[in-house]
Amino acid sequence: MASHNTVTLPLPVLPEGWSAEKDFKALGSLSAATQRTIEPVGPHFLAHARRARHKRTFSEDDRIQAQENVKKIEDDDAGEISEPEDPSMLLRDPKDWKGQDHYAVLGLSKYRYKASEEQIKRAHRKKVLKHHPDKKAAQGSTEDDGFFKCIQKATETLLDPVKRRQFDSVDEKAEVEPPSKKQATGDKYYKLWSSVFKAEGRFSNNQPVPKFGDANSTQEDVEAFYNFFYNFDSWRSFEYLDETVPDDGESRDQKRHQERKNNNARKKRKTEDAARLRKLLDDVSASDERIKKFMKQKNAAKNAKKAEKEAAEKKAIEDAKAKKEADEKAAKEAEEKAKADREQGKKAKEAAKNAVKKNKRVLKSSVKDANYFATGDASAAVIDSVLNDVDLVISKEDPDEIAALAAKLTGLKVAGEIKGAWTAEVTRLVGAGKLKDGEAKFLV
Amino acid sequence: MGEESATNGSAPAQRHAIGISFGNSNSSIALTVEDKAEVIANEDGDRQIPSVLSYVDGEEYNGQQAKAQLVRNSQNTVAYFRDFLGQEFKSIDPTHNHASAHPIAFESTVAFEIQDKEGDEKSTVTVSEITTRHLKRLVQSASDFSGKSINSAVITVPTNFSESQKVALIKAAKDAGLEVLQLINEPIAALLAYDARPESKVADKIVVVADLGGTRSDVAVVASRGGMYTILATAHDFDFAGVHLDKVLEDHFAKEFIKWNTTDPRTIPRSYAKLKLEAEACKKSLSIGTNASFSIESLAEGADFASTINRLRYETIGRKVFEGFNRLIEGVVKKAGLDVLDIDEVILSGGTSHTPKIANNMRSIFPETTTILAPSTTPTAINPSELQARGAALQASLIESFEAEDIEQSTHPAVTTVKHLTNAVGVLAITGDETKGVFTPVIVAETAVPARRTIHINAPPAGGDVLIKVVEGGSHIKVTQIEKTAEEKEADAEDSDVDSDEEPEEKREKIWKIGKVLAEAAIKDVKKGGKVEVMINIAGDLAVTITAREVGGKGGVRGNLSAA
Ligand SMILES: Nc1ncnc2c1ncn2[C@@H]1O[C@H](COP(=O)(O)OP(=O)(O)O)[C@@H](O)[C@H]1O
Ligand SMILES: [Mg+2]
Repeated sequence: MASHNTVTLPLPVLPEGWSAEKDFKALGSLSAATQRTIEPVGPHFLAHARRARHKRTFSEDDRIQAQENVKKIEDDDAGEISEPEDPSMLLRDPKDWKGQDHYAVLGLSKYRYKASEEQIKRAHRKKVLKHHPDKKAAQGSTEDDGFFKCIQKATETLLDPVKRRQFDSVDEKAEVEPPSKKQATGDKYYKLWSSVFKAEGRFSNNQPVPKFGDANSTQEDVEAFYNFFYNFDSWRSFEYLDETVPDDGESRDQKRHQERKNNNARKKRKTEDAARLRKLLDDVSASDERIKKFMKQKNAAKNAKKAEKEAAEKKAIEDAKAKKEADEKAAKEAEEKAKADREQGKKAKEAAKNAVKKNKRVLKSSVKDANYFATGDASAAVIDSVLNDVDLVISKEDPDEIAALAAKLTGLKVAGEIKGAWTAEVTRLVGAGKLKDGEAKFLV
Repeated sequence: MGEESATNGSAPAQRHAIGISFGNSNSSIALTVEDKAEVIANEDGDRQIPSVLSYVDGEEYNGQQAKAQLVRNSQNTVAYFRDFLGQEFKSIDPTHNHASAHPIAFESTVAFEIQDKEGDEKSTVTVSEITTRHLKRLVQSASDFSGKSINSAVITVPTNFSESQKVALIKAAKDAGLEVLQLINEPIAALLAYDARPESKVADKIVVVADLGGTRSDVAVVASRGGMYTILATAHDFDFAGVHLDKVLEDHFAKEFIKWNTTDPRTIPRSYAKLKLEAEACKKSLSIGTNASFSIESLAEGADFASTINRLRYETIGRKVFEGFNRLIEGVVKKAGLDVLDIDEVILSGGTSHTPKIANNMRSIFPETTTILAPSTTPTAINPSELQARGAALQASLIESFEAEDIEQSTHPAVTTVKHLTNAVGVLAITGDETKGVFTPVIVAETAVPARRTIHINAPPAGGDVLIKVVEGGSHIKVTQIEKTAEEKEADAEDSDVDSDEEPEEKREKIWKIGKVLAEAAIKDVKKGGKVEVMINIAGDLAVTITAREVGGKGGVRGNLSAA
């Protein structure tokens, strides 16, 4: 085609950093193609044929080879729908069409409600080819056309979606009997019940229908299955079992009476059917090991949780108790320690006090040892003045300074040395601003 | 095709070819004059010529005249025989021959017993001979019309015509002095008739051809790609067709007749034959008018019968058949793995397709984007009864000048068996959300290779460097439930007895899914408001060549992908 389509949506902007040799990156190849037959018709095909032939001549082998892999479009009519015809079925009275198995008449016994419309049509045609009375007559047979009428009735019923549902509703042959407890054991349990519910599911207005599943189905799937069927929305109806309403000839009252009776019967059957399904579900769920398993798992989980909770509670109590004990112990220890500390502090204080006392004594005795720095006997006034100054110095000093001074003075016996120590001390205190110049002059 | 085209045909220069639609119920002949195909009338003025032959007093009647004999001379009237050609007796369906000559088994084939004249011995005429006689009459009409001696034809056949049926048809034609240039499938002929119109463009489209005839309905889903056609799926239905609509009217009026009389006209062959002819005529009138009369002189018991019916009533009593057509057509779309949203065109072909109700049903089954080609939905539609003959005539004019050997070689399976793409191939464009690409198909799925397609695609408005990402794409259908507004609900409640469907409204859309990434390419410095041309070329072995350039720009990018 020479022309082109125009697209208005824009192309994306080239991403940052995109680069390729000659601006092209090959990243994959086309998926596999399907071999099909193009129709050898029209001008465009002829152009194709010219190109394809290209001065070649194709042979019978080429034909076979080409046709080998072509996807087939037309269905084979043969096969599929063929089952032996029961001789007694061929003798059926078409007037009793309600009693006939429409699927068997068309040879679709094993398909039943699963037969597609196309299958029914093909089955019908196959039967017509075989049983048409004109064909039989042409071959000299004088059989009546009873069975052919049965075929027509079956087709008419099955090709009408409404009538087909009415028949399928009461098609006993499509029913799958629920298994007995004995039958449904082990793996068979799932197989047998699966087919029961597969069959029940044919009446569902909602398709697809969840499967019964097997031993390994998840809890979610099993629950979905039971939910679906406990809330089953069924199209099953029971008109097919109506008793015939008398023809126009009979009285109108009688006709109405029969119709009312039929209606009531339909309703009753519908209710019974719903109850039947519910009972079926009750039965199957009662013996469903999966439900028990899920229950157990749930209980186990619940128990585990409970035990866990209890353990946690116990632990909490123990923890609280231990904590209390530890706290008490710590408090006691702290108290003892504080007491000890207190006592220790008292002792230290006393020792310090004593040391100060002792040191003060050292200081005082040092001046006495130095004869109060007097030559000859010291007058009472001198003694008093010197001792006053010693007290003054002491009052200005902290215990450490006193101790230091006492240490310097200890062992000094020579008055001059003692005086020197005191002079140095007073000078130090004056320098430190603790004494004014001229104070404690008796020690200098 | 081999045996399907007569290899010992006449030389192209001496050929005068026509197109023939040879149906179970009706046949048509068409000629192509100056590229325009036209269906021609026979000497009775009919363009739909009943495929019926009748023998009265040593005379052979054909077409409408023969059909009229179904009342008085049914046993020497042969109808509905096309499908018996090339078949064994055991595989034929004689249902529709009940009111005319009955088919019998004769040697390995099917025949009819005909009495040419009263008092004569019955003679056995095989279905092949009947076909030859019928074709002779058609050819005679065509020759009379064109003034040339017609000696070759393209004939349409159902898609499920077997090899032996084709062989038998070619032989019967040959015996009628007719060289079969080619047998072509009926739905394809119909499609060609539409595509050959001057106003139609070559496009990639999916077409459903519903051929609703007299005794059978055949539906085909066709991928039309660049003017080449591939059938994706077919269905054949013998339970819902024109005669079943006739039957609805026959039963309706028979019951009405019984109300006033004692005899059921359906139990007396001659009465039934009259009933059938009038039912068909009444049905055809209902395709044009909204009312039709139904009247038969001396229907039964010597009583005349006259009645009327309106279209609405007809559509009600025929509902089951109409719904059968709907299911058939929807079913084959599904069979092709497609959805109604994938269908671009529905061609209604065959006589029954004149029925307005059928076209209206198609209109509501398919989305608005689907063109429904039928007289009542599209005023320019071609007469559905003429489509096949026209297509055949067009094909005849295309190959008329070919040597038989040439035709044989051109239609050889080695030529017609071709790889078709399973996925679409396209590029990614962007919408508002710049992080997400939107798949834009360049070549669609089911395109036969080799194939080449080109698109022009916008660059971002500001221009600059753009990325071309070539990917495969598949489509799926997204269904969303539409919540009704309170107003709509109220409106629904008001006309609830008209349409009490409680189904929630759904919106169904076709969504492209991005598949395998095939390649990336860059086009740099595209100017403001510029466009980029992307051409994808797929070779017969699935190797791909991608070419891209700025429209009107120089240079461009080109790269190859090898076949897997
Ligand atoms: N205008 C019409 N309206 C309705 N049905 C029609 C009309 N014209 C023809 N038919 C019906 O179409 C059928 C024939 O269709 P046709 O395509 O000619 O058949 P076939 O393919 O079987 O030869 C008949 O049942 C005929 O009654
Ligand atoms: Mg036809």
